Amino acid sequence: MSVDDNLFGIHGKALALRSQRLSLLASNIANASTPGYKARDIDFESALKEATTQAGNSATDVSRAVDDSMGYRVPLQPSLDGNTVELSTEQTLFAENAVKYRTTLSFLEGRINTINRALKGE
Amino acid sequence: MSSNTPMNIFDIAGRAMSAQLVRLNATASNMANAGNVTGTAGEAYRAIKPVFESVTDTPGVSTVKVKNVVTTNAEPTKRHDPNHPLADSNGDVWEAAVDGNAELIDMIETARMYQNNVQVLNTAKSLMMETIRIGK
Repeated sequence: MSVDDNLFGIHGKALALRSQRLSLLASNIANASTPGYKARDIDFESALKEATTQAGNSATDVSRAVDDSMGYRVPLQPSLDGNTVELSTEQTLFAENAVKYRTTLSFLEGRINTINRALKGE
Repeated sequence: MSSNTPMNIFDIAGRAMSAQLVRLNATASNMANAGNVTGTAGEAYRAIKPVFESVTDTPGVSTVKVKNVVTTNAEPTKRHDPNHPLADSNGDVWEAAVDGNAELIDMIETARMYQNNVQVLNTAKSLMMETIRIGK
C-alpha cells in the first residue's frame, strides 16, 4: 500500500473514478444526436472494488478498473437510428455523479483538515 | 484525436457544441431559403443536413464531429404560376425543397442539445474549481 492510500483511504481512487465517469456521461450527452452511437457507463461499485483491492500504481489501477467494469447502456426504448442515448437517464446520472464527486471531495477535505490540525498541534 | 493529450471533458462538450452550431447554421440556411422560387428544377434550393459522427479517444470517451454536410434529395415542388416573372414556357416555377416544420423541430432539438452541453461544461468547471481549492 502506497503513502497516498494511507492518507486518503478509499477516497483518492473514488475521486479518480468519479472523474472518469463524468467524462463517460459527458460523452453520452455529447453524442445524443449521433446516429448509431451506443451509450456506455461503468458499474461504479465494482470498479471501486477492483481499484481498491489492487495494490499497485493508482493511476493504472483506476484505468484498468474503468475498462473492466464498462458496459453498454440498455435503452428503455431503442430509437430507429441506432442511438441508445436517453437524455433523461444520462442527465440524471450526470447530476448524481456530480453530487457524489462533491461528497468525495468533502471527505478528502475533512481528511486534509485533520492532518493539518495534527501537524500544527492545535 | 490528433494531439497526444487525452481528451478531457471540455473537449467533449466543446466539440459537441461546435457540431450543434453547424447544425443550427444548416437549419438557418434552409429556413432562409424556404419558399424561394426558381424557373428550373435544377436551380431550386435543396435542404442541407450535417452528418454527425462520433470521435473516440479511449473506449467510452468520445465526442462528436460533423463528417460532412449533405444536400438532401427531396425534390422541389413544381407550381403552375404563369404570371410569375420566372415561370418557364409551360408557366411552371419550382419552390425550394425545404420542409419548414421539420426544420423548426430540428432547430428546437439543436438548441436543447446545445444547452445540455453548456450545462455539462458548467458542472465540470465548478467541480474542477472545487477540486483545485481543496485544502485551502
